[in-house]
Parts: sequence; C-alpha cells; structure tokens
Amino acid sequence: MSPPAAESYLSDGRTLWSWLTTHDHKRIGVMFLVLTLFFFLVGGLFALALRIELLTPGRTIMGHLAYNRMFTLHGVTMVWLFMIPAIPSAFGNFLVPLMIGARDVAFPRLNLASVYLYVLGASVTLWGMFEGGADTGWTFYTPYSTTTGTAVLPVLVGVFIIGFSTIVTGLNFIATVHTLRAPGLTWMKLPLFVWAIYGTSIIQVLATPVLGMVLLLVALERVVGAGIFDPARGGDPLLFQHLFWFYSHPAVYIMVLPSMGVISEAVCAFSRKNAFSYRMIVYSTLGIAFVGFFTWGHHMFASGQSIFGSGAFGAMSMLVAIFTAIKIFSWLGTLYRGSIAIESPLIYTLGFMFFLFFGGMIGVAYSTTSLNLHWHDTYSVVAHFHFIMVGATVMAFLGALHYWFPKMFGRCFPAKLANSAAVLIIFGFITTFVPQFLLGNMGMPRRYADYPPHFQSLHVASTAGASLLAFGFLIIAAYLAWSLKYGAVAGDNPWGSDGFEWRSASPPPTHNFHVTPEYPTGPHEYAREEVPHAA
Amino acid sequence: MNELLRRLFFLPEQGSTFAVKVDHLHYFLLLTTLAVAVGIGTVGIVFLVRYHRRTASDATPRVVAPTWMEGLFIGVPLSLFLLWFVLGFQQFVWVMSPPQDALDVYVTGKQWMWKFTYPGGPSAIDTLVVPAGRPVRLLITSRDVIHSFYVPDFRMKRDAVPSRYTDLWFEAPKPGRHLVLCAEYCGLDHSQMRAEVVVLSPADFESWRDAQRRNLPVAALPGANTPETMAVRGERIATAQGCLQCHTVTGAPHIGPTWLGLYGRKEPLEGGGAVLADEAYLTESMMDPLAKVVAGYAPVMPGYHGRLSAEDSGALVEFIKSLRPLRPGVTAAEEPVYVPTGR
Repeated sequence: MSPPAAESYLSDGRTLWSWLTTHDHKRIGVMFLVLTLFFFLVGGLFALALRIELLTPGRTIMGHLAYNRMFTLHGVTMVWLFMIPAIPSAFGNFLVPLMIGARDVAFPRLNLASVYLYVLGASVTLWGMFEGGADTGWTFYTPYSTTTGTAVLPVLVGVFIIGFSTIVTGLNFIATVHTLRAPGLTWMKLPLFVWAIYGTSIIQVLATPVLGMVLLLVALERVVGAGIFDPARGGDPLLFQHLFWFYSHPAVYIMVLPSMGVISEAVCAFSRKNAFSYRMIVYSTLGIAFVGFFTWGHHMFASGQSIFGSGAFGAMSMLVAIFTAIKIFSWLGTLYRGSIAIESPLIYTLGFMFFLFFGGMIGVAYSTTSLNLHWHDTYSVVAHFHFIMVGATVMAFLGALHYWFPKMFGRCFPAKLANSAAVLIIFGFITTFVPQFLLGNMGMPRRYADYPPHFQSLHVASTAGASLLAFGFLIIAAYLAWSLKYGAVAGDNPWGSDGFEWRSASPPPTHNFHVTPEYPTGPHEYAREEVPHAA
Repeated sequence: MNELLRRLFFLPEQGSTFAVKVDHLHYFLLLTTLAVAVGIGTVGIVFLVRYHRRTASDATPRVVAPTWMEGLFIGVPLSLFLLWFVLGFQQFVWVMSPPQDALDVYVTGKQWMWKFTYPGGPSAIDTLVVPAGRPVRLLITSRDVIHSFYVPDFRMKRDAVPSRYTDLWFEAPKPGRHLVLCAEYCGLDHSQMRAEVVVLSPADFESWRDAQRRNLPVAALPGANTPETMAVRGERIATAQGCLQCHTVTGAPHIGPTWLGLYGRKEPLEGGGAVLADEAYLTESMMDPLAKVVAGYAPVMPGYHGRLSAEDSGALVEFIKSLRPLRPGVTAAEEPVYVPTGR
C-alpha cells in the first residue's frame, strides 16, 4: 500500500514534538480524538464493572463503597472527558475550518492550549481516581458531597480545569464561524454541522462558567467550610441543585447538538439529497440552544420546588422536545426520493434517529410532571439519558468516525465488517437499555449497589447487552486500527459527498486548500451539479 | 385492559388512588409513542427499500419541505405535547395538594433508615402503618443528607431535605404491604435504606394504634399514663429554647406574632406580599427567621439552624398547630386539624 497523498497534514512533520507543538486544527482534532477515545475506553470499563456487579443482588465482585466510586467515575469520565469534548473538540476542530473554506480556526494557539487544559484537567481527575475516587455521583449533590470522606476535591478541580478547555473551544468556534467564512459563503449556506457546532459553542460559553462557579463553591465548602449549601449554617442544599442543573441541563445539549449536526451531514451524503428543510434544522438548533437554558427545574419536581415552578419547567421542556421532533421529521424527509447507500454511517444514522425519538419521547413523558413522580431517580431515567447519550450521541460519534475516517486518514475500512459491527452495536444497545426502562417502571432506583431480588432478571438481560456492546466496540477498534495502516487508499471523496469538507484533498494538506473554493450554493445540492465519486 | 397493560409495561401493583390515575396517562402516552415509533420506522424502511442506491450515479431531485408541511411538523407534536402536559399537570396539582381530612405522619430520613412519628405517638423505625381508605399526609425531612421517600406502588416520591419539610399524600384503597425505597443517592448503604408501608383496615389500624400507645415504654414507667405527644414535647422545647419569651400562646401580640391560631393563617409580610403559615413556613421561620418577617414586627429573631434537631422542630410545629382558638360550639378534635392548602 502506498502512503496517502505525500503532502498531507499527517506527513508535515513526523516527530512527536511536531504534534505536541502544532497549531494545525486538524492535528489538534486528531489529538482530541485519540484522547477522548482513550477516556471512552476507561469509562466503558467502569460501566462493564458496574454491569457485572449488578448481575446478582448482594455482592458480586465489589462492595458498596467500590460500587459508589465506580458509578461516580463512570459518570465523570463519560460526561466531561468523553461526551462533551468528543464531537466538538475532535470532529469540530477537524472539520469546521474545512467546511467554511478557512485555513485554520481563528485562534490556533488558544486551540492548542485547550488540548493542554484538557490534559491537565484529565490528569488531576485521574489522580483523584487513584486517590480512591469520589463517591458522590457525577452530580455532586450537597450536602452529601460536602461531607463525604472520599477524594472529591481533585475530581472537582479536574472538572473545573476541563471546563476552561470547553470554554476556549467554544469561543474559538464562534470567532471562527463569524470571521473566517470564505467569500460568498453566507450564513444560510453553512453546512448544518457548522450550525450545530455554532449552537453548541454558544451553550459552552454561557453555561460552563456556572459549572466552574458551583464546583468552586463546593470545593470552598469542603476546604474552608463556607456553609453556602450547609443548612446547619444558614445555607441551602437545594441552591446547589439549581446552580448545577442550570449548567448541566444545557450541557445535555452540548452533548447532543453536535451529534445532530453529524446526522444532518450524514443523512444528506448517504441519500444524496439536500436537507428536506434546512431552515427548520437551523432554527431548531438555535431554539434548543436558547430554550435549553430554561428547563433545569425539571430535574427537581420531587425536591419541594413550587407546583407552579414545576409546571413552568415542564412546559418549557416540552418546547425543547418540539425542536427535536422537527429535526427528526426533516431527516426522514431527506431520505424521500433519495439514492440511499447502505453504508455504516447510514446505519448509525438510522439507529440514532430511532433512539433519539424514543429517548426524547420518554423525556416528554417526564415533562408531564405527574408521571415524573414515579420515574424520577429510577432506572427509567438512567435508560432515558443513555438513550440520548449512547443511543444518540455515541451512534452519531461512531457514524462520524466512519464517515470522516477517509477524510482524516485517507484510508478506507472494510465496509461489510463495519456494517455488521454497526448492527451488532445497535442490537447490543437495545438489549442493554430497554430492560432498564422496564426496571424503572418496576421502581428500581438508580445508584443502587444492591437490589431486592425481584429486579434480577432484567439486570441480567441488561448485562448481557452490555457485553454485546463491548464486543462490538472491540471489533470496531480492531478494524479501524488495522485500516489506519492497511486500509485501501480512499481517494479524495470516496463517498461521493457534496459536503464542503470534501472539497479539499483527503487527507487534507496542512493549509487545507490550494485555491479557496467558491460557494455558489449551499452544501449537498446534488441535483444541480455532478459530484465526483469513486467507483 | 388496565391489568394487561400494567403487566406489559412491568409496572408494580397499584397501591394508591394516584397510581391508578397516573398509570392511565402512562398507557396513553406510551401507546401513542409506540404507534408513532412504528410509523416512523415503517416510513424509514419503505424509503430504504424504495430508494436504495441502485447505480453509483443515481440522479436525485431537489426536494424542499413546503411551508404547510413545516407547520404540520411543528403543529401536530406541539398540540399532542400540550394535551399531555395539561392532563399530567392536572394530576400533578391534585397529588401535590393534600386533602383536608388527611392523617398526618412525620417522616425523618437518616443514613440509612426511615423514622415515622405520629403526632399523638407512637413512633417507629422502617415500618409505616396507615389505615386504608383514608388520605395520609407525610411531612418529610432529613437529619443529614438529602434522601427521597419513594413507594413504587404509589407511583410517588418526595425528597427529604435537611432543615425543610416537604409533604406527600396518598390514599391506599385496600390493606396490603408496600416497599419503600430511598431514591436519592445518600452514601454507602443507599441501596439498603428500605422500609415498608403496611396498610391496615381502619378498624385494625385503630386497634393497632391503641395497642402501640399503651405499650410504649414510657407508658410503663410509674407516674406516666400517656406517652409524650409531639405537641407536648413541642411545648417543653418552646419553654426550654426561650421561644415563649417573645411569642405568646394567648393571642396577644408581643415581640413576635402570637402562636395562637397561627397555623393555617395568611400572614402579611414586611415589604409586601403574604405567606400561608404552613409547616414549611413555620420551619423556615425557625431556621431562617429573617427570610420572611411578618409585617409589623422587628427582624430580631435569631436563627435556630443547628440548634434544633429535626424531631424538635417537628414537635414545635405540632405544638403551634395544636394552638387553635376555640370557638363556642367547636369541640377540640383528638388530633390537630389540618387546614387545607389546596383543594
């Protein structure tokens, strides 16, 4: 096999030092991809340990304290070290400048700094894990988090630092999209992935500082006894929940909006159609970014919040669901009269649409307020957010990985194997999480190291599904690693896609474009021009 | 049909009047969701089969959603969601507003057990005994971290928050036993923090309670004929803590508002507005007295955070509730009368 195009960004300096000091958005994107994949593996191993412990009631492989630390670390790792940076920092960095015809992002050095901030924050968090790890859950609810004796502080500080990496990345994308679009590329011609990253960046910049503040307050409470959340000193433990969810509900959209962007691209590319309703997708992206800030109280219906407050938050949450429904209809409409290629990214796309729909509808059910009183803090909620986080975001992440693998590394992967792995992943996902919905209906609360025996059969089913998932991920890791070196050379546009990122070579040269492309139309306008595609 | 769907969706027994109501909404919502999911899946599969790529150079037309279709995509789900919200929120308001004739029980969560105290005695750990066919209102608080009192059979949970009271009511139609779980993560043995609701027939409940009251250890002591009720204990604490130096129980205003008839009264506030003096407000005024000062009084009361235990503040609330102005012709009830806040 001959190496990919000689002058690609991959061959522009082959030393480790050339990677560690690079300002190239593509290399930074690849570094984030490697880092987030590593933490996906770590968080996944935690999840597997949890599922094994839950095979039987009573002790299976670990005690209560170990279990409590394990689910905390699973949550912290997956949310802050994988989910939040995965698509924006890895694929966003790589693709946004390519999609808008720019040479790089607006602040390349700041972009490199965001990698190091992430590494620093992740190291501090890892150190906390070696110190024994926090046992508070990723939500750090006070007064438990301020009184427990475990290593909460390093985890708080680690997440605080990672927050800055997120903010810097968000600022960078906002500045890039505003200032570096190629001539003629107007806002309503932007690829939908760019819109999704833009909406995400707004949330990142506005919400993450609140997380930093609230984590700092918890740290202060632990170190100097500030008393802000301590009822014994005039503090209010529920204040923490309000502040935390003011960040963490929009953070759900930080995790899911980019994946919607991926799907908008993939569904057009693999059905060779323009988006069925470009403007509805754009406006609903911005709508989610805005309304997402006014829904946090739906995490607190059982907490003693006022009845009116719960009603208002419930109604706002339904609005967010409308925006999501609009997108699903638009993706479905895009398939209509298309030329649908059954490739692995499309399989993930279909899985994504179904899981997002189903998980989202359960979210609507929670917003009716009365149904929430049964489901709140049970496995139903666990299943619901795993439908959104794994069923939607991880499916989109895998879809993105497969769709843009040739773009990033210039190689193809074995297509049939990839299709089978995608089907296995979807099947494993359903087997893992559908039983958890039923467990929630039965009334199994979350964060239980031990459970009454009548819940066992569904737990066994869920663990069986988790092992299928693990097996699927193993296959994907194996063939992608193999393809990096031995995959067929992809050529510039193996999918025949009219996404703007494919207008540069694959893998792209360091400066992205030799000639700045022209943008007479928006992306994915297959009906108007011939698109070159490989045989 | 109800029984079939309940089993199909793995829902537990319907142990309360609310459970029956909310399950019907659940069926409606889930069946609609499944129907739409099947619809979307079918459309997806039809498109997949009908429009799958035949040659590498298939031509595709440019199709853009007409505005009316965009409106339809927004309008249909929106009206469906609003319908669900209206149905659900009606139930929510209903279940959040305890009825007038409820039996009160105080619930205290503590790592990792539940304590139940009846205003007239007795108290019990991990077993809550209630009569069937009568609404029961639980006044829930915590002694340490946040817990959540959850009865799957009642489809109901409420958080137990330190230094606050939340309430939850239910009516169990028939005798039975129901598992209580803690739903808010509270540390090491969170998963072991279980209790049980035992529903007895009204007659069995009365005889159980009488037996309990007679058999309390304090009743066996010489000179003690009745166990100390929460209200009696509250009076003792009010004296010991100096509450009565500023608050009278006679109806006369002093440095602070009188406690006579305070419970259930709408109090005008300093700086405008008014507040209903319920358990939540009374507790807040002990813990953070300057948050809502009654109009006409100076903000001079010290806070009692950390100085009153959860049991003590509950007892004080019961004492205040027992201080009702007696009107001619009205005989004092055996138990404090709860003044409704909702229905």
